[in-house]
Amino acid sequence: MTGFTKRSKVVTNRKMSFWESIYLPAILNGMRITFSHFFTKKATLRYPEENREFSEIYRGRHVLKRDDEGRERCTACGLCAIACPAEAITMVAAERKPAEEHLYREEKYASKFEIDLLRCIFCGLCEEACPKEAIFLTKEIVRAGYKRDIFIYGKDELVEPADPSMRIDVSKRQTPQVLEFKKDKYQKHNVH
Amino acid sequence: MGIMILYKTILASVILIMSLLVAMYSTLIERKVAGFLQDRLGPDRAGPWGLFQPLADGIKLFFKEEFMPNTADKVLYLIGPSLTMFIACLTSAVIPWGPDIVINGQTYSLQMADVNIGILYIFAIVSIGVYGIMVGGWASNNKYALLGAIRASSQMISYELAMSLSIIVIVMMSGSLSMREIVNQQQGFNWNIWYQPLAFLIFLVCAFAETNRSPFDLPECETELVGGYHTEYSSMKLGFYLFSEYINMFISGAVMATLFLGGYHFPFIDKLGLSPNVFAFVSFMVLFTKITFLGFIFMWVRWTLPRFRYDQLMRLGWKTLIPLAIMNILITGVVILLNLPKP
Repeated sequence: MTGFTKRSKVVTNRKMSFWESIYLPAILNGMRITFSHFFTKKATLRYPEENREFSEIYRGRHVLKRDDEGRERCTACGLCAIACPAEAITMVAAERKPAEEHLYREEKYASKFEIDLLRCIFCGLCEEACPKEAIFLTKEIVRAGYKRDIFIYGKDELVEPADPSMRIDVSKRQTPQVLEFKKDKYQKHNVH
Repeated sequence: MGIMILYKTILASVILIMSLLVAMYSTLIERKVAGFLQDRLGPDRAGPWGLFQPLADGIKLFFKEEFMPNTADKVLYLIGPSLTMFIACLTSAVIPWGPDIVINGQTYSLQMADVNIGILYIFAIVSIGVYGIMVGGWASNNKYALLGAIRASSQMISYELAMSLSIIVIVMMSGSLSMREIVNQQQGFNWNIWYQPLAFLIFLVCAFAETNRSPFDLPECETELVGGYHTEYSSMKLGFYLFSEYINMFISGAVMATLFLGGYHFPFIDKLGLSPNVFAFVSFMVLFTKITFLGFIFMWVRWTLPRFRYDQLMRLGWKTLIPLAIMNILITGVVILLNLPKP
């Protein structure tokens, strides 16, 4: 009879030989094995000092991008909210006032944009749905917390800083295939 | 006379503090060794390399709620851990920690009491050791604690027999019960372990059982008995039980090093021509290294072997170790009777 794995052994009622019955060789062998593990590379990661290396296209918490002139790209179309399988995204649209052209790219913008990161499954469908290249997943991980409400991120946490040096780089998530796919869109892609 | 009393008081305090410190850091080393043997790092958050971990543990134990079951026997419940701790600290009295030191032309012995029945004293104390566990387990009025205590007492009584029998060959060879005398007969590399490896092995196995350490940790056996004899204990009373295990480990390492591994002797260090006090210090460090090595073996075995089943434990003790020890006595007796040169 063949086993399901190569490691299966047929059990017998064979009497133990002398060396087996005094256990000592087996014990010494076991101690040899544990001792050899003494010098192996440890799996532990000293977390706050060391960080686990993430993939370039890791799907962490979201960012709402600004365009080259520092204007918010999001137009509150709601496609991301519709695409979201976990229904984590809520938004409220508002109309841009005449003096606000430097803040918002188009006439309509999101006055309120919330992502419940406890619901989010980090699938990236919002990214894919966005016609304005406004929402992206980043390499940052969601910080831990004791209360549920701090996981609901508003615009204050999601929108990236206007300062060009502090922009969040999402170019790695725009692979050639993605760029090809989005070629027909009329806007220049944000590479900051 | 007065200065001798002062000296003995200081020595006793130093030995006591040393045992406690070593026991404290054994808890850290145990966890470090466990981590390393399991491809982990062990505790390293408290201070550099986790050096303050024992302090943190101690402080935690002191600040924990002290809980006493209301059906417990109040007096015995308190006596249990105190007795265990007290007895654990007693054994070190007859261990020779090093050769004599000289201060102002007067020699002082690095041994609390060079009694001529040192070995008997050790066994007497070790066999009282079971009372702490038994009393604690009984007073808790809890079935798991009682089962743990019963297991502990029968295990310790069984293994004490084999342990004492394995030591008899050492007594036969050296013709003395005094620890100092036995150490002094193992000058240089003339250690007892080379003549009596079997006795050493039996003693080592029994030491695991006497200190209730894996693979013989049935009295606390978490998987069956919750926590065994200390199930109902909390706060520093629990700390005392856990702590005394490490003191016992340290002391049994010292006893083994003294009886079998030549105590503070090591080849060639007496030929270096050191001054008496430096020599005493180096000798002490030699003994300490041997104890550390034995302690490491205790931990190494603990993280390698699974726990024995209770019937296996009893079978090993009564049907294997005791006959082996008796056989060892017989053979040694025959060799001595035939007056062969010391083997």
